[in-house]
Order: sequence, then C-alpha cells, then structure tokens
Amino acid sequence: MAFQDEITHMDRAELEALQLERLKKAVVYCYERIPFYKENFDAVGFDPYALESFDDLRKASFTTKQDMRDAYPYDLFALPKEDVKEIHMSSGTTGVATVSGYTEHDLQVWGDCFARGIGYAGGTEEDICHVCYGYGLFTGGLGAHYGGLSAGCMTIPMSAGNTKRQIKVLKTMGSSIICCTPSYAMYIADTAIADGVDPKTDFNLKAGIHGAEAWSNQFRENLEKKLNYKALDVYGLTEVMGPGVAIECLEQNGLHVAEDHFYVEILDPETHEPVPDGEWGELVITTLDKEATPVIRYRTKDITRIMPGECACGRTHRRIDRLHGRTDDMMIIRGVNVFPSQIENVCAAFPEVADWYQIELTRENSLDVATLKIEVNPEYAMDEIRAIEDLQKRLKQALKDELATTIQVKVVEPFAIQRSEGKAVRIVDLRSEEEK
Amino acid sequence: MIDQLTVFLGNTEGRLTALCKALGDAGIQMHALALADTADYGLVRIICDNPAKAMASLGEEGFAASLAKVVAVEVPNVPGGLAQVFGVFDGTELNIEYCYCFADARRSAIVALKTGEGAIELLTNAGFTVLHPDDLYAA
Repeated sequence: MAFQDEITHMDRAELEALQLERLKKAVVYCYERIPFYKENFDAVGFDPYALESFDDLRKASFTTKQDMRDAYPYDLFALPKEDVKEIHMSSGTTGVATVSGYTEHDLQVWGDCFARGIGYAGGTEEDICHVCYGYGLFTGGLGAHYGGLSAGCMTIPMSAGNTKRQIKVLKTMGSSIICCTPSYAMYIADTAIADGVDPKTDFNLKAGIHGAEAWSNQFRENLEKKLNYKALDVYGLTEVMGPGVAIECLEQNGLHVAEDHFYVEILDPETHEPVPDGEWGELVITTLDKEATPVIRYRTKDITRIMPGECACGRTHRRIDRLHGRTDDMMIIRGVNVFPSQIENVCAAFPEVADWYQIELTRENSLDVATLKIEVNPEYAMDEIRAIEDLQKRLKQALKDELATTIQVKVVEPFAIQRSEGKAVRIVDLRSEEEK
Repeated sequence: MIDQLTVFLGNTEGRLTALCKALGDAGIQMHALALADTADYGLVRIICDNPAKAMASLGEEGFAASLAKVVAVEVPNVPGGLAQVFGVFDGTELNIEYCYCFADARRSAIVALKTGEGAIELLTNAGFTVLHPDDLYAA
C-alpha cells in the first residue's frame, strides 16, 4: 500500500460528493471571514449559501495574483495570527510578494499531498528523501520536506547549493528520492559527471520529484539517462499551497490533482468559459479545506488541460497535463504568442544542440527581435562554419514552421548559458518598459 | 589522414586563452593553430602531439571539442609551391573546405587540407609528400 492509497483510489462519485461538501463550506468560510471575498461575491451577485453544484461556483468572482499583492500581508487570512503556524511568500521579484499562511491542519495536508507523490514514485518509509529545493520562504524546500516526513522517509534537508556536497551525500548516504528543480537535477548530474562520478552507478536514486519550472520531455529523458531514475513532475504554487497540488505517477502521463483538497477548472483565458477536457486553457484553483489562507477561483496563469480518461495506474484523481507555459511567460513576438516550451520542443529534434537555452528579447527599428541562444551538444562534432550556419538556418526554419514567427538562432559554447540553482532563466527581456 | 582537433569557441573575452591554457595544463604540445572566426563564435583548428588526449581533457573542461580528419602535405619550398599543391585538385571533384599552413623543424612548410575521399592518392601520385600521423604525433 502506498501512502494514502485509499484517498487516491477513491470512487469518483464519492470523491465528487466530498469535493462538493467541502466546496460549500469553503465559499461560506471565505465569505464570512475575509472581507475581500464578501465584497467581491456581493459585487457579482454570488450567494455562497446557495451553492448547490460545481456549476454554481462559476458565478463566483476570480482571485488574482494582484488581489493577493494588494492584500499584503494579512488581508486574506481567515484566522487570527495566533492560529497560524507558518507562512510562505512568493519571491516578489516582479512586485510585492504574495503571502500564504498555514495552520497545523494546512501543514498536514501539504505534507500529505507531497507524500502521495513519493508514493506515486514507488517510495515508502524505507526511502531516503534528499531535498535540495531551496529552504526558506520559497515553498519548494519545506513542502518537499514535510512530504518526506509524512511519507515516513528519512529526510535530508540539503537545501539548494553547495553542489559538491550534494554529490557527496548522494554518493555516500544512499538518497533514493531527490526533490529539486529539474534544472538543478541536471546541474548536479553534469557536475558529478565532470568530477568523474557516474550518477548511474555511484548514486542510488529511484526517483526525482521535480517542479517549479517548465521542462520538456526531452529534458526529462536526458535526466533519466544521466541519473538512471524516474523523473516525475510536481505542480504547486505559493498562492494555493506549494508543491503537491498535483504530482505525476510512474505512468508519466499527466499529474494527479489532489482533488480532495483542490477543485480545478480549466478556462479559456480570454472568455473565462470552461473548455472541454483535453483542451488547453488557464488553470483556476479553489482550495477546498485550507484554513489559514483559503482561495476561491485563483487564476494561476498556468496553461494546461485536463487529461481525458482514466490513468493506467488506477488512481481516480483527475490529471492535468504538464504545463504548456504561463500566460505570464508567454512572449508576444511581433504579435505572435510564443511559449518557451514550444521552442524547447522544436530544439529537442536537433541532436546537435543541448538542453540549455535562453531567449533574448530586444527591439530593433521598433520591431521585436527574439534571439535563441542554445548550447551546442559537445558530443556532436562541429568542424565547419558552413555546417554551423546550416544548423542555425535549419533551427530557425523549424522554429518558424512551428511558431509562425521568426526567431534568430545563435549556437553557443557549452556552459555559455548561466546555470542556476533555482529556476532556470529562460527569457531575458532587454526591451525597455515602453517597448513591451 | 591526420587527426585535427576542432574546438567550437564563443567569440568572447578570454576564451582563446582558456583553451590554450587547458591544453597546456594537459601537457599538450601544439604544432599548428588556425582560427576561423565569425561575429559570434569561432572554430579553432589544432594539430597537436596527442589529439585523443587533448580532446578528452578539453571535454572534461567543458569545451565543445571534436576530431576531424585532414590531409597534411609538404609544400615545396619555392615561389608558387602552394599553387602546385592546390593545382592537383583542379579539374577534380574534390573541393578544399578549408586549409591552413604551418611549419615544423624538419620541413619548410606544411599545408593542412580539409577535403574529400581520394585526396591522398591524388597528391601522392602527383609526387607530393603526404604526412602520416606518426610524422606529427604518436598515433
């Protein structure tokens, strides 16, 4: 039995009844305790006491990141501070931070949700959970940490950084489940290999639970090849909880949403109408039993879709697809919407280039110019300028075919793209504010 | 055919120094170095005393290094000597992708050519001395 199997395999009708029961309480709870929800619900004419179905929720107002910033620091707390055990904050790099509070119950739920992922990965209390997400206000470190504890694993709070020590611990302490960003996992693997360590045999990894940034299937395959383990995607966000809102199982075919705690909608970002299962749209999340900072219809700006049908693993919680990008990360290049993940997918077909890339946005003669800088694959022999120019030309054409816009291509040396211990920096926007 | 080391290098400050230093630290002796440059990157082509070891050391240091086969031919030490070598290719299907000249202690001049199948036979039949790997390095 894996962790909380009885919940992850719950009968659909039973699960939906539980969701609805919790949802009814959640909207009333927010309305009665948080002035923001009272004002907004009243303004759109949503009566929380009259909610009888999931469809009724569509009458409720949305909550946005800006609402959360405006509420900084405590205006969206449903409970007095003495009932709150912990807080986390988004990095706030693009403005005021958003704050999320957790009661004892909320922390338990968080740990349990992440621990399910450890179970999905085939992990048990016999596993050693190596957490090298950054610890601190960022939800990655402590979320994975609580998950390790809930799953009963021996948990190693490495935090991010000091890569040589990560490698030493991975080599000597038998870490079997690693939790970090996918780019940091790759960085650890590459650094180990450069130091003459073979992670395939010298590490004891069974699985990795990786999130906080978008990564392609090609990137995943490379990671799995280098580390000889299963790399699983985890989704979460500070505003809702942190990592564990949805996690992949070993089928690697979508992330199971912890539906007993979260109600998800996929909406057309323009019309706000729900899209059918299988179609891409913006993920909107309602917390069903969060106590400290519950959220109703939070617009994540993440683009995904509900995977139709049942998962081969037998779990009943619905799956969202791996993120297609963010409405935020979406670049508008000469009027065309482009996601970094699309660029990544195009490049994956070219063995001559590696996984590390950056997109630089500039403005020339009042036109947007996007330049893809991508590292050459050092395994691939390059001896003629003509061949390199040809490669750049073919990449450019493939991008144009896929994206219907022109992206300049420059291949660069290995390690020319700055490595990061946190989220990989994929877009460098050098356009001035007025130009955007 | 001679194993030439080719390194893809960003056209940024200090990269050429870093490359030469890495080779020096690995105990590699260079016989020739030619640089084909563009605005953003360059290809550095090197003939050295131990190409396999050089490639492995550079790989460990994170350089994009590979080996390519080139033909090395002794150039007659007379005016027009190089033209005589190139003249052999006239009227054949063989194209010279790139070339560069260097010298060693025993010979006046050598030209390294990146070309196609049959070049060695063509040059040898025309009376030129085509060098073997062991003329330049321990193969």
